[in-house]
Amino acid sequence: MKVRKIASPLDERQARSLRAGDIVSLSGELLTARDEAHLRILELLRKGQELPFQLEDMAVYHCGPIMRQDVGWKVVAAGPTTSARLDRLAPEVIRKCRPRLIIGKGGMSSETAEAMKEVGCAYLAFPGGAAVLAAEALPEVLGVHWPDLGMPEAVWHLRAKDLGPLVVAMDSHGRSLFKEVEDAVKKRSVLL
Amino acid sequence: MYSSSLIEETVVRLLRDAECRLPPDVHAALRHALDIETEEMPRSQLLVILSNVDKASERSVPICQDTGLPVFFVHGRCDERIVEAIRKGVARATEEIPLRPNTVDPVSRENLGSNLGAGMPPMHLDPVDQDHLDIAVLPKGAGSENWSALRMLNPSEGMEGVRRFIIECVVKAGSRPCPPVIVGVGIGGTADMACVLAKKALLRKLSSHSDDAILADLESQLLLQINSLGLGPMGLGGSTTCLGVLVEKSHCHTASLPVAVSLNCWAARKAFARIYPDGRVRFSQEGFD
Repeated sequence: MKVRKIASPLDERQARSLRAGDIVSLSGELLTARDEAHLRILELLRKGQELPFQLEDMAVYHCGPIMRQDVGWKVVAAGPTTSARLDRLAPEVIRKCRPRLIIGKGGMSSETAEAMKEVGCAYLAFPGGAAVLAAEALPEVLGVHWPDLGMPEAVWHLRAKDLGPLVVAMDSHGRSLFKEVEDAVKKRSVLL
Repeated sequence: MYSSSLIEETVVRLLRDAECRLPPDVHAALRHALDIETEEMPRSQLLVILSNVDKASERSVPICQDTGLPVFFVHGRCDERIVEAIRKGVARATEEIPLRPNTVDPVSRENLGSNLGAGMPPMHLDPVDQDHLDIAVLPKGAGSENWSALRMLNPSEGMEGVRRFIIECVVKAGSRPCPPVIVGVGIGGTADMACVLAKKALLRKLSSHSDDAILADLESQLLLQINSLGLGPMGLGGSTTCLGVLVEKSHCHTASLPVAVSLNCWAARKAFARIYPDGRVRFSQEGFD
């Protein structure tokens, strides 16, 4: 398995160079965002207000980590959450904020894929539940935004070191490995 | 009688075992999956999963960040004191292990941080006149729980209707409940009972079969059929979509055929304790036969 190393933040050209089926590992900055964070991002943007963090050219991680506060914050467990839950909010967030990478599990809808294609954003899948391996690859907590949303829903600003293996499961050219498997599964299920 | 502090202590240990160590039957099923997968994609997913399981157990940290809602099943002489001790154990475990505080108000979405709340944690009490007290916990993450389904079938649809509905549920859930999944099924009862039966089925050992011959056949047939779908680990393709199908039944109304499906992710966490009157406690992650 050939693993390509990538770093975040990254530009559109780099994001578009990722092709479905590639295996990558990510170093650099990322921001976690789940349901409540997506709702608040849209609420602020629709009112014309600024976000307290920068999403452009960044990696957004669909993750609600377990964090522990000793001297500073430490990531205990941080696998991906089900990305499909964010399909109703993600297309608008992607178009308005222009992140280059989304990390999650299970893939996203064709509407979200369309926004990713327009903007130049790729979806990286990490195995769901692999929370300890993910936490090991997230050695530094750079900050936390919106802690009032609670531990899982807050936006955690983290630094990754070789987070992977990540599968480029949806690329910015419209190809989705999840969709391909799902279509084949549906065809086979009719015969059962 | 068992002291409240012993029950509380037992609950903390049960949650630590369940959250940090994959049950032996599930672990063996995942290793078997790695043996039979030939393609690089499913193998890569299983290798990450198995390596994560080893790390979690070595370091005694939760396998998955979604430590779920801890669903309790209690058999024995149940009373309010036991309920209170379980609640205390959950709050302590949340702090000590730590677990992710997942419990929120459904309307305001306010998170109290302790995994306690109205009706939380969920408990199913089964009053039985026996000297020992059995407590089982099934921490259930939302990724799989969100694909729970209930259908009130027409009795004339029979077991064929049941089989079709279960396959439909697995196909609809697709990659989202973190396959390879375990499929818990409850047939019969009332609508609410079918849902509890489906959850309870998830406590069974993966290699076990229903006592009912027809249901045992249904379990084996469904396992083969679901694995022929090609969904694979994490929904990226492969021959392991399901690690086991476990079906439980209750009698039901003559005009009803309720069927509930409760999917469990590959991180199928469970732990069992048996507390004896003299204060001894036995722990297991595969149940007591």
